Amino acid sequence: MAFIDLQKDLPGIRGPMAFRPETAKPLNELAEVLLHDDNNTLSRGEREMIGAYVSSQNDCFYCQNVHGALAQHYFQCDIPFIDAIKKDYQSAPISDKLKALLAIAGSVQKGGKYVTPEQVEHARTFGATDREIHDTVLIAAAFCMFNRYVDGLNTRAPQDRQLYVDRAKIRAEEGYADLNVYK
Amino acid sequence: MPYIPLEEHLPGITGLLEYRKDSAQPIRELTQILLRGQSTFTEGERELIATVVSSGNNCTFCTTAHTAAADLLIGNTETAKKVKEDINTAPVSGKMKALLTIASMVRESGKSVTPEAIQKAKDEGATDVEIHDTVLIAALFCLYNRYVDGLATALPDDSGYFNVLANRLVRHGYTRLPQGYDHLKKEKI
Repeated sequence: MAFIDLQKDLPGIRGPMAFRPETAKPLNELAEVLLHDDNNTLSRGEREMIGAYVSSQNDCFYCQNVHGALAQHYFQCDIPFIDAIKKDYQSAPISDKLKALLAIAGSVQKGGKYVTPEQVEHARTFGATDREIHDTVLIAAAFCMFNRYVDGLNTRAPQDRQLYVDRAKIRAEEGYADLNVYK
Repeated sequence: MPYIPLEEHLPGITGLLEYRKDSAQPIRELTQILLRGQSTFTEGERELIATVVSSGNNCTFCTTAHTAAADLLIGNTETAKKVKEDINTAPVSGKMKALLTIASMVRESGKSVTPEAIQKAKDEGATDVEIHDTVLIAALFCLYNRYVDGLATALPDDSGYFNVLANRLVRHGYTRLPQGYDHLKKEKI
């Protein structure tokens, strides 16, 4: 049971977004510009993976499955592949640059001050640009907000992980900007 | 030294919001709605939530900025100071104590918020919208604090900076100044 009467029985972040549409609009616009907008040298899959990884570190079931499913859709892989990245990205078959960015994201999840100059330098040696480092930090910080919003109000998360996979394709096509929380 | 090149006359969050304006826009809008929009909270109360979270996250820039804004809005420096030291003995209402406690839990993790803390806030008269906004303001400042410190942004050289910033936050709010921020370069000697 959510901590407040969200009035409609919608899962995850869609509950509080329907409850307070005024704040939902900029929240969705932020997700759109960070995760879906193609004006970015990080792929959509990489950005969704950063979100999914931070959400898993924050133990937010709803967000890590929504965004893990999006990453899975873009990477054209299966659930175990995403789970392996979340569990131990260093051993996963992903680029060294993405590993270095996930390390930065993992530090941001603990607290901004955990990011070290060495981590940033390490990401640069694998070709990460200023803008990519910026976006990694902001995506990680944004998920520290989204995860807290979802869990801090004790929203409901469907436990069947396939449901999230089934919804990923339409979200990838439509993006977040005009997200209809009732659909 | 910030990890990415930011304009020197724009310390803390201010340089980041100018570095990438398209991601800044929804963050600014969300903040404006939550901290300055129509609400049963006073603007000072909402700045106290921002202050408590930023202080708990040890984010010097955000804590100093929102303490200064709270001081200006509340009309004293004691309230914000005491709230940062100990919510339970601070000179705020029972309802605000309960909501600031929820904000502190959200700061730790969304999962740290307890049904008891929510019930306490409701018993003190907090509405569902007030609880919602408390959680979202606290979550938003977890974003801000990580953004500011995660990129190692600079603190201002001049301690008077925060008074100027607080005045802007009180008089203008959180939307981008129409003229931008180049005029601040001239003020720096």
